[in-house]
Amino acid sequence: MSDVASQLTTADGRPLKAALASAQARAKRRAFFLVLPLLLFILISFAVPIGQMLQRSVYNDQFSKSVPALTEWFAENPKGTAPDEAAFAALASDLVLMKETRAAGDAGTRINYVVSGTRSMFTKAARGADKLEPPYMAAMLELDEDWDDPLVWNAMRSAASPWTFDFYTIAFDLERDADGKLTKVDENQRIYFRLFIKTFLIAGVITAICLVLAFPIAHLLATLPMAKANLLMILVLLPFWTSLLVRTTSWIVLLQGQGVINDIFVALGILGDDGRLQMIYNQTGTIIAMVHILLPFMVLPLYSVMRVIPVSYTRAARSLGATSWTTFRRIYLPQTIPGIGAGVLLVFILAVGYYITPALVGGADGQLFSNMVQFHMTKANWSMAAALATMLLVGVLVLYWLYDRLIGIDKLKLG
Amino acid sequence: MNKKTLLALTTALGGLALPALAEDITIMSWGGSYAAAENEAYYKPFTAESGIGVVSVDADNPATPVKAQVDAGNVTTDVALFLLSDAVRLCDEGQLMPIDASLLPDGVDGTPAEEDFLEGTLSECMIPNDIYATAVAFDASQYAEGEAPSSIADFFDTEKFPGKRGVLKSPKVVLEMALMADGVPASEVYDVLDTDEGVDRAFAKLESIKDDAIYWEAGAQPPQLLADGEVVMTMSYNGRIFNAAVNEGKPFEVLWDGQVYEWEGYVIPEGAPNAEAAMDYIKYATSSEQSASFSERISYGTPRKSAAPLVGNVHGTDIPMAPNLPTYPDNMTNALASSAEFWVDRETELGERFNAWLLAN
Repeated sequence: MSDVASQLTTADGRPLKAALASAQARAKRRAFFLVLPLLLFILISFAVPIGQMLQRSVYNDQFSKSVPALTEWFAENPKGTAPDEAAFAALASDLVLMKETRAAGDAGTRINYVVSGTRSMFTKAARGADKLEPPYMAAMLELDEDWDDPLVWNAMRSAASPWTFDFYTIAFDLERDADGKLTKVDENQRIYFRLFIKTFLIAGVITAICLVLAFPIAHLLATLPMAKANLLMILVLLPFWTSLLVRTTSWIVLLQGQGVINDIFVALGILGDDGRLQMIYNQTGTIIAMVHILLPFMVLPLYSVMRVIPVSYTRAARSLGATSWTTFRRIYLPQTIPGIGAGVLLVFILAVGYYITPALVGGADGQLFSNMVQFHMTKANWSMAAALATMLLVGVLVLYWLYDRLIGIDKLKLG
Repeated sequence: MNKKTLLALTTALGGLALPALAEDITIMSWGGSYAAAENEAYYKPFTAESGIGVVSVDADNPATPVKAQVDAGNVTTDVALFLLSDAVRLCDEGQLMPIDASLLPDGVDGTPAEEDFLEGTLSECMIPNDIYATAVAFDASQYAEGEAPSSIADFFDTEKFPGKRGVLKSPKVVLEMALMADGVPASEVYDVLDTDEGVDRAFAKLESIKDDAIYWEAGAQPPQLLADGEVVMTMSYNGRIFNAAVNEGKPFEVLWDGQVYEWEGYVIPEGAPNAEAAMDYIKYATSSEQSASFSERISYGTPRKSAAPLVGNVHGTDIPMAPNLPTYPDNMTNALASSAEFWVDRETELGERFNAWLLAN
């Protein structure tokens, strides 16, 4: 057979197989060029930034790039060695280098992330670094008595390598004590991990409320006559098309202490004037506003699935004697699972990463994890922001994996 | 090469260089009413005088994009407007050019520039442009004559002044105000806050208004909270209250006691494409006359002592601007200059503690 194929030639004498391959290659190349812009776009705008973010969370050379002498001393002396005169001499020579390259602030900032209050030690020491005289240990301690603090030296040893897990240590509310053992930070400093758990819980609550609210709406939309359904659909989509900030501020107008809803309650005599409900600037406000904003993301996939569920199935079930509850549970609900899955996943993932709504209406206890990412972004602590963002990403991926195991990602139906 | 050709060559080169001199400079600033005031007081007259065009770029906080540009080695910004804390940090990190303040023009009264700026406001890489304050504001129509809050301690006194308070959601400024309300003199605030007991003391004071606090982040929120009657008083940036009071006629007043003032100013990023023209711009904009003109358009104080008497009425009105500025002598009786030095060291730690404290509601 292959012999025959190799013997076949085109009119100009080329083997058919090769001619076919080259003709198809051209078509394939053309097809590839068509998708190339999208591929590049995804690479540049998605894969590369996420890769950089992941790298930034474990790579930080702010300190390591300016301390060649210290790096050498750390390499020669194992962990736990108390800093001796040679160590301080190395530190002093690195400080001179930092002064020349104006890197002291940068280096100090890196140590300050781990041991608070140390940044100014570096900038101060670097300012007069070229005037430091041996014995360096005494000279440095003269400048600041914290220079022999084992915490500072442990932090410097860790930061002397650009690859680090320091930022994840902080993100899990842990710190290293003088012996280098991981311990929990003080109760009043524990914020990140606690907020991480809380963010997933709040996102779960929001998703659940969205599902309960959206299910009947989507069912109504799917079963009403087209003209009425379209009208209702516009009501669902209108807020979807309105600016997020406008909707958030509208909720402030409605929910605040002197707002519309409280005023109505007071006018109707349900509440006393001094008993106005606090519905915003707290967790309640965050949940209400986010449910409203995310509701369309639940309604739309549900609707698209429900629309194509044939009515005949439920009719058949009823005619065979099933109660309406059994019909719903055994026949209708299972067929909406792809829509529920898509909606739940969409709403949950969006809710977990929400930032601006909690910032505006969250008050004290309604902030979410992304607000911490933003906090560190504005403080230019990108490694910490990257570590926190990576935690969010991993959290979402774990849930995605769970979803795939439990329901199956191939059952997802977005529209 | 004889002299004539050399001359011809340099003339030709000079001719080539001229259009480069007249190139536009890119200035990154805060946008909104701030950039509008800059445009009127600086950009337009500067372009008219020097022929250098100004491209104005807005940013939420110029420090973030500028850091990104310098990190990436692709700097497109010539001048940027920075908060002091950002300027100190990026300057220490070598991302901003040092600016020699002695090159700046003398004050209008002949004082050398280095002495003309308010003490402590000049730093290695930043020339201050304006002084703004975070202070307590209240709705004067809610209080009878003589019964309005009169000191920072009143803000933390929920018995004498019941009702909700608007509190900035940031440890910076809030902790300082708590200590001042607790009786710490402004001059000792940072010494106290540098100790663990001092931090505990500040948080204990905050705890006393925790149940009555509404936290805000965006500067537009406090005047809105006051106008809606959500709060009886609120911490606020002085400029926002001024706008509501003067432009919208709201009965808001600023309680200057316990104000925490900061300054912001111009920096040149390392690697700016037109650094020389950028310096020309900074020299022009931070001169006494221009600085006073800026203060008439937005209620931020001028950092130049010689410019203060030049500040006249609010631009286009007959309301005097000076009493509305944080730097007005009567407003400075109990005022604290925010310490950038302290906050670059402690912001992360105290930020974590503040957020943990908020969360533990």
